[in-house]
Amino acid sequence: MDLEYHVISTLVEDKPGVLQKVAGMFNRRGFNIDSITVGNSEVEGQSRMVITVHADKKGLEQVTKQLNKLIDVIKIKDITEKAVKRELCLVKVAIPNAKARAEIMQYSNIFRAHILDVTEQTLIIELTGDKEKINAFISLVESYGIKRIARTGLTAMSRGV
Amino acid sequence: MRGGEAIIESLKNMGVKTIFGYPGGQTIPFYDMLYDADIDHILVRHEQCAAHAADGFARASGEVGVCLATSGPGATNLVTGIGTAFMDSSPIVAITGQVPTHLIGNDAFQEADIVGITMPIVKHSYQPKDPDLIPSIVKSSFKIASTGRPGPVLIDVPKEVQEGELTKFDDSLIETPGYNPTIKGNIRQIKKARDLIKESKKPMILAGAGVIIANACSELTKLSKTINAPVMTSLLGKGAIDETDDLALGMLGMHGRKVSNDYINESDLLIAVGVRFSDRTTGRLDSFVPDTKVIHIDIDPAEIGKNVDVDLPIVGDAKNVLSSLNKLLDGYEVSSDVNKWTDMMKQRKQDLLPRVSYDDVPLKPQSVIKEIAEVLTPESILTTDVGQNQMWAAHFFDTQKPRKFISSGGLGTMGFGFPSAIGAKVACPDDPVVSINGDGGFLMVCQELATVREYDLPVIAVVLENRTLGMVYQWQSLLYNERHSQTLLGNSPDFVKLAESFGVNGVRITKPGETKEALSNAIKDNEPILLNVVVDPEEALPMLPPGAGINEMIGEYKLEKDVI
Repeated sequence: MDLEYHVISTLVEDKPGVLQKVAGMFNRRGFNIDSITVGNSEVEGQSRMVITVHADKKGLEQVTKQLNKLIDVIKIKDITEKAVKRELCLVKVAIPNAKARAEIMQYSNIFRAHILDVTEQTLIIELTGDKEKINAFISLVESYGIKRIARTGLTAMSRGV
Repeated sequence: MRGGEAIIESLKNMGVKTIFGYPGGQTIPFYDMLYDADIDHILVRHEQCAAHAADGFARASGEVGVCLATSGPGATNLVTGIGTAFMDSSPIVAITGQVPTHLIGNDAFQEADIVGITMPIVKHSYQPKDPDLIPSIVKSSFKIASTGRPGPVLIDVPKEVQEGELTKFDDSLIETPGYNPTIKGNIRQIKKARDLIKESKKPMILAGAGVIIANACSELTKLSKTINAPVMTSLLGKGAIDETDDLALGMLGMHGRKVSNDYINESDLLIAVGVRFSDRTTGRLDSFVPDTKVIHIDIDPAEIGKNVDVDLPIVGDAKNVLSSLNKLLDGYEVSSDVNKWTDMMKQRKQDLLPRVSYDDVPLKPQSVIKEIAEVLTPESILTTDVGQNQMWAAHFFDTQKPRKFISSGGLGTMGFGFPSAIGAKVACPDDPVVSINGDGGFLMVCQELATVREYDLPVIAVVLENRTLGMVYQWQSLLYNERHSQTLLGNSPDFVKLAESFGVNGVRITKPGETKEALSNAIKDNEPILLNVVVDPEEALPMLPPGAGINEMIGEYKLEKDVI
């Protein structure tokens, strides 16, 4: 069966061990988490986890049901189709020469990225967008020499009410 | 009131009369408070047996079983028992001591992250950091353990929380907005089930442990009678229907009855209730009911479609769903097609009854089970260990009532049989309790002979001695060119002397008729006893080899009708 990429938004109780339970369940049932982001939600005492996973239809159904069985998990929604998806990425790029610096800054502008730190030898760039945009930017600046990449993984929210 | 006292008080409020446990460094405060408390404690001789006993108690009574162990090794010794209860949806609450909060994470003496270790095998867990939370946590644990699909709950109590004074005893339930088990079945789905039943010419029912857990056995029996459908069970479904009934075909699966395995695929409708379609029940999935419509009733939505694709899922409590279905089927008239099919299945059952009559020495295990069955009343409880002894008991013993056949199905835990019988006996002191073990598994837990003696628990331990690890030995014989790697037990102990050293009587049985006599006497004497039955090591059970379809059993299936 074909594996598809799914974004699952999950409301969980903000308690110690919840992330471990969720991650452990994926691992135990043989599903791979592509990324997972966790943070406070609009409700006090509850966190929102956005999980991206590759699964076929049956696998996704199992993932959803098994997540639902965890008592600390309150709500689950597959928002793959109609979600705004964003990821934040920090890239530290080497600057071989002044010309490169100008070019990188120009690319950053086009990608609406921000320069957070500048030194003689490096630039730190902050970029927000979906996975494709971030991948595109990274491949663009790769030739200058990438020193570090830190990505948050995807977070997402469904459109509309 | 201190934390430990709050645990005891809360347990009493939950109706608990007996707990199974073993003390240690981090539970000394609790045990000190238990000293004056009005609650029974059974001191097992290994923590694993405390968990199994609580599990046996829960399965026999339908109530929550409670076990207790200290931190670190005490807690990790509970793990197998917790895992066993988890796999078989048994409601137990396991309480562990923990090192004081300020030492957690410091690799303190006897510290283990038992909450982390047990995470995949508990339904839920708590670690109170404040004595005030204890009453709520105990009450919530009982609720979670016993409702929906039951399962084990762990409460890990740091030492200073056991000792700390409560400011108030507030046992209001902890809010669990993410926990809302579906009890009531969707009526539209149930109506569709009725329609499928009406269309069916060859219906069959498969009953699992969920029927027993939901106390839905009379509803299930009523359904089978109303629609005149034969009933098979999973291993843990034994007792969901009286197996001496004509409609009860017997267990399905790897070591199932031939009549169930051979003909399930002929049915045009399978009504599966409270089963999870384990690989041991279905055999290879693509040859399991390929042309049969499947209705799956289960309280756990995650079980539906997990292993077997179903045509009609109904999520709900078996008792609720079956009652509704029975109501919809009021005045139902069985078609002549169905009557013809079911008459044929009843005849096939008679024709394919497995052979249990033997005069052989060494004894055939089948005949030992037969003799046990002849003595036991329907109220008697049979617990089994895991392996050949389990499958002999499951295959050849007709269980007549729910909660009377207790066995480790999912996890398949050797060493379960004897301690679970201790728990069952505590739950049902008036019913005879017999545990059937092999000589391998019994040695894993034989120290509990001390427990049955100490508390005068008249558990009857049958040890089928073939000096092999029989199930693996059998696989090696059938599938691995008789290379019996590490399955010959060789120098086994003298089980009679072993029992006697604990002050428990032992009887050695080698000939036909002796089991029956010894068991009758044991029940009359009402004393703990060990029956050491020497059986033929070469006797193998017919089986589905791994990867085989449900109707592809190997090994000779000997029939009772062929006995001359």
